[in-house]
Amino acid sequence: MFRGIWRRSSRKRGRSKKAIIITFLLPELILLLTFVLTPIVGTFVISFQTDNGYGPDNYYKVITETSPDKALVLPKNIESLRPPPWGALIHNIVWVLIHLPLVVFLGLALAYLLHEVKGSSIVKTIIFLGMVIPMIVGGLLIRFMYDGTLGVVPLLFKTLGINSLAKTWTNYPQTALISLILGSVWLWTGFSLTVYSAAFESLPKSYIEAAKIDGASGLQIFFKIVIPLLRHATIVVVVMTMLWDLKIFDIVYVSTLGGPGGSSNVMALVMYLYFARALDYGRSAATAVILALITLIPGAWFIKQVVKSGKEKR
Amino acid sequence: MVRRRGKVFLKYLAINIIVWTIAILWTLPFIGVAMVSVKPFKEVVVNGWWTLTGHYTLKNFIDAWSNPVYGVGRGYTNSFIVAIPSTIIPLFIAALAAYVFSRFSFPLKTWLFITLLVIMSMPQQMSVVPLFFMLDRMGLYDQLSGLILVHSAWGLAWITFFLKNFFDTLPREVEEAARVDGAGDFHIFFRLVLPMSLPAIASVSAIQFTWVWSDFFYALVFIASPEKYVVTLQVANMRGQYFVDWGLLSAGAIFTMLVPLLVYALLQKYYVRGMVGWTIKG
Repeated sequence: MFRGIWRRSSRKRGRSKKAIIITFLLPELILLLTFVLTPIVGTFVISFQTDNGYGPDNYYKVITETSPDKALVLPKNIESLRPPPWGALIHNIVWVLIHLPLVVFLGLALAYLLHEVKGSSIVKTIIFLGMVIPMIVGGLLIRFMYDGTLGVVPLLFKTLGINSLAKTWTNYPQTALISLILGSVWLWTGFSLTVYSAAFESLPKSYIEAAKIDGASGLQIFFKIVIPLLRHATIVVVVMTMLWDLKIFDIVYVSTLGGPGGSSNVMALVMYLYFARALDYGRSAATAVILALITLIPGAWFIKQVVKSGKEKR
Repeated sequence: MVRRRGKVFLKYLAINIIVWTIAILWTLPFIGVAMVSVKPFKEVVVNGWWTLTGHYTLKNFIDAWSNPVYGVGRGYTNSFIVAIPSTIIPLFIAALAAYVFSRFSFPLKTWLFITLLVIMSMPQQMSVVPLFFMLDRMGLYDQLSGLILVHSAWGLAWITFFLKNFFDTLPREVEEAARVDGAGDFHIFFRLVLPMSLPAIASVSAIQFTWVWSDFFYALVFIASPEKYVVTLQVANMRGQYFVDWGLLSAGAIFTMLVPLLVYALLQKYYVRGMVGWTIKG
């Protein structure tokens, strides 16, 4: 008899458990399905829509496009414009290649040195500010730094006597892209510094002490002990920085709009230009899909890490 | 011994000088913009902003705030109207889901979780074209409410992930005890889990609010009429195509970043934890 009661209440509890799971998950699932998952699938579908049925035309056209403001790979060389040799997709890759090593190195070095710096929390706060301000303001401040009459960078080169660099960097095709990339280092180093500082704090001190007693030098400790222990933090910094670089939009939009002559164009901006200026939704969607597939490279790696570490915890 | 201590001190001094030089270089754009904003632009062009002499004025701020065409004052109201609900709605909905993710096992759980992670790495661009048509059909294009819905939905994934990780760290004993006393899941969630999660809720609110406030892309794509512009759209429009009035633009930029900076200043600990905290655990 007792068993019967117990079983019934347990079944009732099982049913109420199911009800709770459904009630608690439902609002999230509805919003995600309507405004996130359906549009993502929709973008795929639209990217294959052409005037005569479905096909990969949009992808072909987007990749082989040569006008300087929309080219992904190779723009047409217009002598009067003197456009850059590469398109937006290559610019994004160049962005990662320059930005990522600088950010990792600066963040790691600063986090390591900050142990011995007076007022280290103030330094950390200052460098973190780039993460706090809206990216659109970040773009304006970058534009300001490179301004020919007011900016610090041209002024520096003027005092050094290098007049070819004493002008508004963002206005010239030769310097526009690199100025934005270096500016984005200024904005984003706060992220890697903060991740690395937090990782340093959780380092087991005993390892380092033991190495010191064994007579290891500071550099030896850094390269042989500290860096291997920072593996997880480095994965986070590398993945997040790559995602940020590939999605970059605001600072380019507000400082150069991809110009001059497409010399600082990026994928996200090309997608927007197809969407809002050319009103070509198929090609806009195709560009978005290409961008999303590229971001899935670091993304998938990161997801694997998260799922793996989640399983280890159990 | 003395020489060794001298060497150590020199090294300490060198490190301090290097790091502080970098830190001061890092602040230069902020200082520059602050100086330009409080001086007449004509004077700045001639003398540069680095001189402390000359006239000081608030004209740039007044103009940047209240100009009927490009003033950011109007954008401020819209930004608050968008950012506050876009923080509360996804926080509440994601908290419910995160509780289920943390406490129960159910079919497809791993796949749902991976879906959340995929969404987190998706660029905003991946949703824009269909969302544009959808919002238009729903009558929500060029409406702040449409923008709120989009921000709420796209905030869900990371907030669920963040809160699930936090709920995982909470001690279960209290909940077990309450369950034995006959408390239901609603009671446990609202009376026990949520109050214990206030630090995580503070982190999520600080970050989500700043992100929505700082968003430019969705607002650019889904808002068309100037009276509905949020502050980031206003300040981007302040920049002329060829001539840039840096006095005005600096004041506008300061207004735009003021709110995120205040959030950061007030909730610094939670802010940093929200930004990098979940990435450290592993």
